[in-house]
Amino acid sequence: MIAHALTWRRERRVLPGFGLSLGISLTFVSLILLLPLTSLVGQLSQLSWSQYWFLITDPRLLASYGVTLFGAAVAAIFNAAFGLLMAWVLVRYEFPGKRLVDALMDLPFALPTAVAGITLATLYSSNGWIGRLLEPLGISISYTWIGIALAMAFTSIPFVVRTVQPVLEDLPAEVDEAAMTLGASDSLAFRRVILPYLWPALVTGTGLAFVRSLGEFGAVIFIAGGKPYETEITSLMIFVKLQEYDYAGASAVASIVLATSLALLLAINLWQGRFIKRLHGGRG
Amino acid sequence: MSIRISQIDKTYGYKGHGSKGHGRKGHGHTRALEPIDLDIHDGELIGLLGPSGSGKTTLLRIVAGLEQADSGSIHFGERDVTRVHVRDRRIGFVFQHYALFRHMSVFDNVAFGLTAMPRSQRPSSGEIRSRVMQLLEMVRLQDFAERFPAQLSGGQQQRVSLARALALKPDVLLLDEPFGALDAKVRQELRRWLRHLHEELHFTSLFVTHDQEEALELSDRVVVMSNGRIEQIATPDTLYRQPANRFVFEFLGDVNRIEGDIEKEILTCGNAWVAAPGVENGRQELLLRPHEVRLDEQPSPRAHLPVSVTAVVPVGAEVRLELEADWLGEPWLATISHADFERLAITRGKRLFAQPSRLHRFDTSRPQTLAPLSVS
Repeated sequence: MIAHALTWRRERRVLPGFGLSLGISLTFVSLILLLPLTSLVGQLSQLSWSQYWFLITDPRLLASYGVTLFGAAVAAIFNAAFGLLMAWVLVRYEFPGKRLVDALMDLPFALPTAVAGITLATLYSSNGWIGRLLEPLGISISYTWIGIALAMAFTSIPFVVRTVQPVLEDLPAEVDEAAMTLGASDSLAFRRVILPYLWPALVTGTGLAFVRSLGEFGAVIFIAGGKPYETEITSLMIFVKLQEYDYAGASAVASIVLATSLALLLAINLWQGRFIKRLHGGRG
Repeated sequence: MSIRISQIDKTYGYKGHGSKGHGRKGHGHTRALEPIDLDIHDGELIGLLGPSGSGKTTLLRIVAGLEQADSGSIHFGERDVTRVHVRDRRIGFVFQHYALFRHMSVFDNVAFGLTAMPRSQRPSSGEIRSRVMQLLEMVRLQDFAERFPAQLSGGQQQRVSLARALALKPDVLLLDEPFGALDAKVRQELRRWLRHLHEELHFTSLFVTHDQEEALELSDRVVVMSNGRIEQIATPDTLYRQPANRFVFEFLGDVNRIEGDIEKEILTCGNAWVAAPGVENGRQELLLRPHEVRLDEQPSPRAHLPVSVTAVVPVGAEVRLELEADWLGEPWLATISHADFERLAITRGKRLFAQPSRLHRFDTSRPQTLAPLSVS
C-alpha cells in the first residue's frame, strides 16, 4: 500500500506546467468571481431571514421580476427562431458578404451595452426613425415590454448563433440526403432529422440567451424608461437601491438574480448531459 | 427494374461543393463524367469500380438524383427519371458512413421512410411495426430495435442502413462504398451476406467500390471507370481474363513489367532475354501477372531471366515472392505453389531463373497475349 502510494505520488504528468497553470487559474477565479460573491454574501448576512424575505417580496420588485422574466422569455424565443435562421444561412449557403455578416453576429458582444441601449432608444422613441413610422399604427416600442424584449434580444442573439453554428457545420450533408432518399419532404427532413440534431445546441444557446437577458442592464434601461410596476427590470432595481445607499437591499435583489441565473445554467448543463447520454444509449 | 443510362455527363464548376453552379464550362472546371452509356438489367448487381476521382461516385449520385447531370437521360424501366427529384425516384441509397439518424432508435431509423409517407398512403402503425421487424430480422438485428446507432458496431450500423434503404421496396438499390469504412473481416462477412440477400430479393442494384476483390466477388457485371470514362463492362471472369486495355489489366491486380528491344521475336533487356513470339521489332513493354511467373534453377531455351529472391511471404494457398535483378526497373512479384517452393528450396537471396508462362501487350489496337514458353 505504502509503496503504491509512493509511486502514485511520484507519477509524473507528461504535459508540463499543470501546477503553475492551475494555480494561476484558481487565483484568478477567486479574485474575479469568488471574492465579489463572498462580499455579496457578506452584505446579505447583515439581514435576518424575515428582513430578507420582506425585501425580496416588495410588490414593486415582484412586478419587476415579471417584467424581466417576460421580456427575457420573449427575447429568448425570438432569438431561438432568428438565431437558428442566421446560423442556417451562414452555414448552408454561399453569398457575397457572408464573412461580413458572420463578423456582424459578434457585434452585440463587442458593443458596449449602453451604446446599444442609446441607439435603440433613439431609433424607436416616438420621434426616432422607426418609432415615428410605428407611432401612427398605434405601436409604441420605447417604454413598453416590446422595447425591453427588443433590447434583450439584441444583446443575446450571438449566444444562439454561435452555439448552433458549429453543430450545423458538423451535420453531414449525407444525413439530410438520406432523409430525402427515403422520400421525406424538405419540411419533414428539417423537422425530424435536422432539428433534433441541432436541438441540444439550440436549447443551450436559447437558455444562455435567456440567462443573459435576465441580467441585462445597459441596453434595456434607456428604452425601458423604468416606470415602476410597468417597465422596471430587476437589474434596474439593484441600481436604484444602490443609489439610495441601501447596500443590503441591493444585495438581496442581486442574490435573487444570481440564484436564478445559476439555477438555469445548472439546469441547462444537466439537461444537455442527459441528452448526450441518451444518444449513446443509456436513458437518463 | 432495369436502369438505362444514356449520354450522362457532368462538369463541375470552379467551386467544389456548396455552389450549385453546374453546367458552366470554361477554365478551372473539371470534367467529372464524359458522356456515359450504361444498361443495367432487371435484378442485376453491378459494381462500379475505379480509383478515386474516376467519376464512379458522381455517376451513382446522378442515378440517385442527389446530383444533376449536365445532359443525358436516365430511365428506370420505362420511367424517365432524369428530372425526377430524389425523393420521388423510389431508390434506396446506402452511404459509406451509414448516415443513420443518431437521435432515433434503430427501429425509428428503419421506419423513417414509411412514416415519412403522406398520411393518405402511410401504412397503419401496426403494419409499419411488422414491416420494420421483418426487415430487422432480415438484417439479423431484431434484438437491437430499441438501441441507438451509437451503441452498434460499424457492421451493424451498415446493416441498419441497408434495412432502412429497403424499407420502401425501392426500384433500385444504390450503395456508395458500402463496406469502405469497415474492417477487413466484417467487410468479407457483409459482402457474402449482401450477395445472399440479393439472390433472395433480386433487387436491381448498383454499388461503388475501389476494391477490385469486392467488385469481382459481388458483381454480376463490373463497370471499370477511370477519368470519368467507362473502360470496360464485363463479367468478373471476362474482366480478369480479357481486360480491354492496359488500365483495366493494371487496375485489377498486381502487374510485373519487362521492357526491352525486340529483335527476331526475342526481347532483350541487359543480360536477360525472353521469347516474344509474333512481336515485331522495336522497343516494347510486356506485362505479366505474378501467377504467370514460374521459377526454375536453369534457364530454358526460350527464356533467360536471372533473378534473385528478396522477400518471401509463405502465407495462404501460395507463396508470394519478391524478385529483383539488375535488368529490372522495379521488383517483380511472383506467386508459386508451396510444392514448388519446397522443391526449389527457396530462401531469401537465392538465385533462380524466371519463366513467364504468359506475356501481355496493350500497345496494339487489341490486347494480345503471348505464350513465350510454347513453341509457336
